[in-house]
Parts: sequence; structure tokens; C-alpha cells
Amino acid sequence: MTEIGLGHYLTLGAVIFTIGVVGIFLNRKNIIVILMSIELILLAVNINLVSFSIYLNDLSGQIFTLFILTVAAAEAAIGLAIIVVYYRNSGTIRVEQIDKLKG
Amino acid sequence: MMAHSIFFYFFSIIAVISAIMVTASKNTVHSVFFLILDFISISCLFIMIGAEFLGMIMLIVYVGAVAVLFLFVVMMLNVAQQKNQWFSSKSSSSHIPIGLIISAIIFFELIIVVGGWKYKPDLIDPSNMTLNNNISNTHSLGQVLYTDYIHIFQMSGMILLISMIGAIVLTYRQREGIKKQSYIKQISRERSEGVEVLKVESNKGVKIDD
Repeated sequence: MTEIGLGHYLTLGAVIFTIGVVGIFLNRKNIIVILMSIELILLAVNINLVSFSIYLNDLSGQIFTLFILTVAAAEAAIGLAIIVVYYRNSGTIRVEQIDKLKG
Repeated sequence: MMAHSIFFYFFSIIAVISAIMVTASKNTVHSVFFLILDFISISCLFIMIGAEFLGMIMLIVYVGAVAVLFLFVVMMLNVAQQKNQWFSSKSSSSHIPIGLIISAIIFFELIIVVGGWKYKPDLIDPSNMTLNNNISNTHSLGQVLYTDYIHIFQMSGMILLISMIGAIVLTYRQREGIKKQSYIKQISRERSEGVEVLKVESNKGVKIDD
């Protein structure tokens, strides 16, 4: 085993980011899983910021990770509220059937 | 260093597998549980790499708040029984190869960037916020967060407040026909509305009209 460096953490972030993107592309079931994929993408960004912060010996990456955490929590709350309202109005959250704006 | 590699591969393999299971599992509740496992293993990685405060905050914020919020919504909407058919839906399966190709391109671009990247120490000016090994991670974060970044910190508090108000406004609904206690009505009630003094004549009684 080689020594774990910055590249390992960046590769892990890239893998998790790609899994989140795949989850958004391929999901057809419900929109909650899409929100979870967005959380995965934000998590990958956090991994990148923290590993750069540690290996470049600079604290600002961790500060920005804190703000990304804040924004992610706010986004999850608002998104889930929108989903609850949509389910109350239309009775479904299947991605295929959410096509009111299609015209 | 050996232990570092072993723990890195352990936690990262768990993180990647649970991330795959988040998107691929048939049950939404299982997806939420795999999301929790993913957050826990990534926060273990953060603690291992030296960012202890962020690891603990990840545990509190993500596992304690966001994942539980997801669980509540899944429970409220009753979608756990809807089976996931994301490979067997016949009507619209043409997006799957395109999505896979685009994702593979994104992944290889990211890997190329990681592999070709070299850090020259003299190229980037070192900021004045270097890591100090004499004080703890939480201490150094607090020293910077409450001085240099105080305005952004306040702004993030405002973002949280606005999102809280927005979520309440979105999901609040006024229902018709439920009996509620009204404090204003109770407090502002006068004696003349409730009690009436009657003069009762002998042998006649009182007529109650209600």
C-alpha cells in the first residue's frame, strides 16, 4: 500500500460525485432519492474542500465546508417542504408523473 | 502510516458502496439508511484526516437532522412501498445509456484533473490562516470564524432562518371546522355576556330560553 495522499481523497470525492450524478440521471422512482443524490454531491464537494484544506495547510477550506453544510441543510428543508406540498396537491411524487409544466 | 492507509480504504470502500446503494436500492427507507451510513463513514474520514470539528458537525447536522428529516418525509408520504423500477421501466429507458455515458465522461474528466494536478508550493501565496498544531482544530476554526468570517457567519444564520420560515409557510395549512381554544376570546369575555341576574318571582320559576 502506498502512502495516502491528496490524490486518494480527491479520487474518493470524484467517485462519490459521479455516483450522485448517476443517481440523478437514472432515477425514475421518486424525487426524494434525487434529493439524496444532491446531498451526495454536496458531500463529495465537502471531501474535496477538507482534503485540500488539510494538505495545503490552509484553514479556509474547512470554513467554507461549514457554510456548505448550512446551505445543504437549508436546501434539504426547503426541498422536502416543496415535495410535501406537491404530494398533498397531486397525490404522487413519481418523477415520470411530475409533468405539469410540460404544457 | 500503515494504519492510515488501512482505515482510509476501509471507510472509503464503505462510503462508495453505500453511496451506490443509496441510488440503487429498491426501498426508499433503505436508501435513507445507506445515506446515514455514508455520512458516518465520511465523517470518520474527516476525523482521521484531522478535521475533527467538521466530522462531528457532519454527524450532528447530517445524521441528526437531515437524514431524520428525510425519514420523516418518507414516512409521511407513504412512498416506501412503491418499488423502484429504474431499470425495467419500458416507456422511457432510452435515457439510461446517455446518462451512463455522460456520467462516465464526468468521472474521467475528474480523474484526469486529479492525476495531472501538481502543487507547486511557491506558486500559491500562503494565506494567513495556516493550520496551527499547537491548538485544537475547533479552537483554530473558532478563532477564524468569529473574526474574519463573522459577516458570512451571520449571513448563514439568516439563510437558516429564511429556510425555516419558508418551510413553515409552504407546509402550513389552515383547516376548516376544527375546534380550537382562542385565548383572545377567553380573556376578553365580559361579565355581562356570561352571567345574567334575574329576579325570580315566587311560584313561577325561571324560563330558560336557549
